[in-house]
Amino acid sequence: MAAAVLIQNLCKSYGTVPAVKDVSFQVNQGEIFGLLGPNGAGKTTTIRCLCTLAKPDSGTIELGGVSVVDQPREARKRLGYVAQEVALDKILTGRELLELQAALYHIPKVEARQRIEVLLEVLDLQSYADKKTGTYSGGLKRRIDLAAGLLHQPEVLVLDEPTVGLDIESRVVVWDFLRQLRSSGTTIVITSHYLEEIDALADRVGIIDRGLVIAEGTPSALKNRLGGDRITLRIREFTPVAEAERARHLLSQLSCVQEAKVNDNQANALNLVVTPDRDVLMTIQQSLQTAELPIFGISQSRPSLDDVYLAATGKTLLDAELSAASSRDLKAEKKQSMR
Amino acid sequence: MSGTINTSNSVNVRSSDIYRSREPLESNQLADFIQETLALTKRLFIQLQRRPSTLIAGIVQPLMWLVLFGALFQNAPQGMMGNDLSYGQFLGAGVIVFTAFAGALNAGLPVMFDREFGFLNRLLVAPLASRYSIVAASAIYIVALSLIQTAAIIGVSAIMGAGLPSLTGLAAITLIILLLVLGVTAMSLGFTFALPGHIELIAVIFVINLPLLFASTALAPLTFMPQWLQIVACLNPLTYAIEPIRYLYTHPQWNLTSVVLQAPWGSISFGSSLLILVSFMLLTLTAIQPLLKRRLA
Ligand SMILES: Nc1ncnc2c1ncn2[C@@H]1O[C@H](COP(=O)(O)OP(=O)(O)OP(=O)(O)O)[C@@H](O)[C@H]1O
Ligand SMILES: [Mg+2]
Repeated sequence: MAAAVLIQNLCKSYGTVPAVKDVSFQVNQGEIFGLLGPNGAGKTTTIRCLCTLAKPDSGTIELGGVSVVDQPREARKRLGYVAQEVALDKILTGRELLELQAALYHIPKVEARQRIEVLLEVLDLQSYADKKTGTYSGGLKRRIDLAAGLLHQPEVLVLDEPTVGLDIESRVVVWDFLRQLRSSGTTIVITSHYLEEIDALADRVGIIDRGLVIAEGTPSALKNRLGGDRITLRIREFTPVAEAERARHLLSQLSCVQEAKVNDNQANALNLVVTPDRDVLMTIQQSLQTAELPIFGISQSRPSLDDVYLAATGKTLLDAELSAASSRDLKAEKKQSMR
Repeated sequence: MSGTINTSNSVNVRSSDIYRSREPLESNQLADFIQETLALTKRLFIQLQRRPSTLIAGIVQPLMWLVLFGALFQNAPQGMMGNDLSYGQFLGAGVIVFTAFAGALNAGLPVMFDREFGFLNRLLVAPLASRYSIVAASAIYIVALSLIQTAAIIGVSAIMGAGLPSLTGLAAITLIILLLVLGVTAMSLGFTFALPGHIELIAVIFVINLPLLFASTALAPLTFMPQWLQIVACLNPLTYAIEPIRYLYTHPQWNLTSVVLQAPWGSISFGSSLLILVSFMLLTLTAIQPLLKRRLA
């Protein structure tokens, strides 16, 4: 059976900006696939190509064997798309919006009415259904948008950062909802730059950075592949390179330290990979003490998806976000993303 | 952020409820096209009903034109407009046409806002039978609006003493307005997809609107104009909508061969005016095809 979603060597530039350089991944039916990456990584661009809103420069995109580029209408029937920016008509009521949506997907009126009732109930929107969407809170807007994306019972539901701006509690509600959908056989592609979200939700994850998929697999496989626990060690708040190097040299002699790196993105903090052992911290502290090196801060954790990202790029997601934020031309983007 | 799902624990999804049937729906291109066009049109009318200010302004403004412009030339010598026509009678046709024209010129604005707010994406990811349903919905909406405005102007003109054309005359006016509005709506949608945003669109509308009014026979007959302006006015499609309507108002007896306009290069009949309007409509509709294909394909 063909994969529910197949993307191969997708490439897409905006003018001279290569938004997606080479993205490939595959999503199996009934699976939640998470696309994780910092701001500007190319998540939305990938999603826009998948949903027929942008034309790939090259590469193939298929939904259950149907090419999105060659048979866009067929693809659109199978896809439900919940955009990163919620675009509702604020003059329409929630119900009117859903009725419009139903007509755009050619659902017969009677059938549409029933489906709308069910979705309003399931998403707990009944008491707001006949109010204008302009009066909705952020969370309500997201939910009605989700309802609109589900109305035609898509085989593949694509959500671009669906929980941005929601509080933790609401986020968990959306997660539960998506899990329920998965159990009914819906394939879900979700983008996020929240590590916890992807970790909690996705069966498999693709980590995307600067237009490239840098890691792909189940969250646990990706983390296990990294080996031992992570330790971030700061000698000083801003450590001079020489001193950091000295510490690195010293610590890499220890048998419990598998790997040690000086990270200049983190003010020359040391990133260590160590054998998971209770005494590791003690050993490190003693070793530094003997060498008369101070400790500004030290932390130990199981590897997270952030470490997967760190291992692949040398930066944490947060660092990547910060540097991406400063290099974007928001005005040009807004102009281009309009059709 | 303001997003809160207040009854967080009561959301019990019964997936079986959402996916009761997954059989593909029967599909028929034409029925699909009609369904989506009607739904999009309905949306525009709901907007109009809840925000009627455009419609109200669109009716009040031409009536003020009638009253104010009519008064402005109140004491002009009788017969100056030819055929002992008062200026008020002369003006009616111009106001009808100009109102329809201005309305149609704005047709692209809602679509532009949909583009800017991302609502258009919602339409573009849907499996529309044809994306021309988006264009069709705008056209239906604007045509309906223009006809309501036209009816109001004809009614008030009648009360003000301009008389009422016969039933065939009214049918002819409807046809003329329809042709002009479709042509101009196409033009406006063309600008909408060619320009980057609503600021630019409004600027273009602004630049086109009044000059086309003044360079037509809406406010003054051709004979008042210098030669060059006569030529410009006779190249202006508005003139070919105004003159036949004006003729209807002043000649109870008319047919397709009646001469309605003396252009610098010869006389134009009622029938040729209609043909010119049809050509204008076909021209703009054809001209925007490549653009729409590119933006909406
Ligand atoms: N319409 C556009 N015009 C020009 N450049 C664009 C456009 N859209 C995206 N880009 C650029 O392409 C790159 C990828 O952007 P994209 O929106 O796909 O990122 P993203 O991963 O969705 O980010 P975010 O998490 O902020 O939503 C960025 O460098 C961005 O500046
Ligand atoms: Mg994005």
